[in-house]
Amino acid sequence: MASLKDLRNRIASVKATQKITKAMQMVAAAKLKRAQEAAEAARPYSERMGAVLANIAGAVSGSDAPPLMAGTGKDETHLLVVCTAERGLCGGFNSQIAKLAREHIRSLLANGKTVKVLCVGKKGYDVLRRDYGQHIIDRVDLREVKKIGFDNAHGIARQVIGLFEKGEFDVCTLFYSEFQSVMSQVPTAQQIIPAAVPASDEAAQASDAAYEYEPEAAAILADLIPRNIAVQIFRALLENAAGEMGAKMTAMDSATRNAGEMIDKLSITYNRQRQAQITKELIEIISGAEAL
Amino acid sequence: MATAFKFDLVSPERLLVSQDVASVVIPGTEGEMTVMADHAPTMTSIKPGVITVNAATGGAERYVVFGGFADILPEGCTVLAESAVHVDEINREDLARRIQEAREDVADAQDHETRTKAEEFLAQLTTLEGAILPA
Repeated sequence: MASLKDLRNRIASVKATQKITKAMQMVAAAKLKRAQEAAEAARPYSERMGAVLANIAGAVSGSDAPPLMAGTGKDETHLLVVCTAERGLCGGFNSQIAKLAREHIRSLLANGKTVKVLCVGKKGYDVLRRDYGQHIIDRVDLREVKKIGFDNAHGIARQVIGLFEKGEFDVCTLFYSEFQSVMSQVPTAQQIIPAAVPASDEAAQASDAAYEYEPEAAAILADLIPRNIAVQIFRALLENAAGEMGAKMTAMDSATRNAGEMIDKLSITYNRQRQAQITKELIEIISGAEAL
Repeated sequence: MATAFKFDLVSPERLLVSQDVASVVIPGTEGEMTVMADHAPTMTSIKPGVITVNAATGGAERYVVFGGFADILPEGCTVLAESAVHVDEINREDLARRIQEAREDVADAQDHETRTKAEEFLAQLTTLEGAILPA
């Protein structure tokens, strides 16, 4: 049985932990708000980009389409860009993304494809390194980045496109967590190269207007698609940032509650033991007095 | 007074302008153009430069953009800028950094085509610097 002093120390340490988790929860809540705002602010751009892309894709015929859109015509080497958080303590957030990526890798390997992995964020790297270390070609560290800017996404996109142009892979899939609400983030796999062709009805609707292109459509498209990849990655990073904070907030909230429960239980044990000790001391005094 | 039309300026990070305007001057890669209401549908890429927005209510605002696209329709115009800032908020260091990067790109260029592109971009940037920053 733990002594009273031990119990007191336990209670004090759990209380300290609770304070920390509570503070982390509040920090996460504040950051979540900002991350959510950033994700929302970025939405008009990606929406318009989608519309413009749909427009222009309808104008450029299949054979003229740049390889980034049409693909290499092969399906041999897959590049997986796995975006995770830089920090832990956010529940199952990172492991969910890693799990989805791992399943994907396993099925690709089973089908005899070559797999390459580009890790964005430390946590995904830590998890995937264990099982698929030899497939990881590079990792991008965003730990120093306080606020994710378009430049970060652009850098990653440039790296991916560079690899594609060197013929290092045929298909590129982006893994990230879609932010649905504070409570739920859904790990998602999205193919970015070859670019998913925009829905045909959307394209048909948009191409009602006879556009003039300056310079010609193919040149704009060749410029637009790499940018679209950067936008997709940027969106993934922002969704991830918001999701991470949401997951962290939920995780820290339940941690705070658990600590509270633990403190209650420990205090009951503590009080009981104190009572027992007092009773014991009283009995000793009384029986001592009776013996006289 | 010219008819007003809808103008949006968006960068990946945020929506900068969304308002009714009388005309907009866009630095297209093939030359500057002034867009007014009922313009023919046009899609153009833009070079680093200054967008002048003449609001429908009068008054003009200037924004510095670094490349992107303009999607022009008779009823409106959308500029998707790679990055855009109000002309008052542009900072010298940022511009200097971009120019430095562009110089490095020129130096790093492997083949003739990329070099020409990089040089062109650098020239556009330096012109821009001269235009907005009084020496």
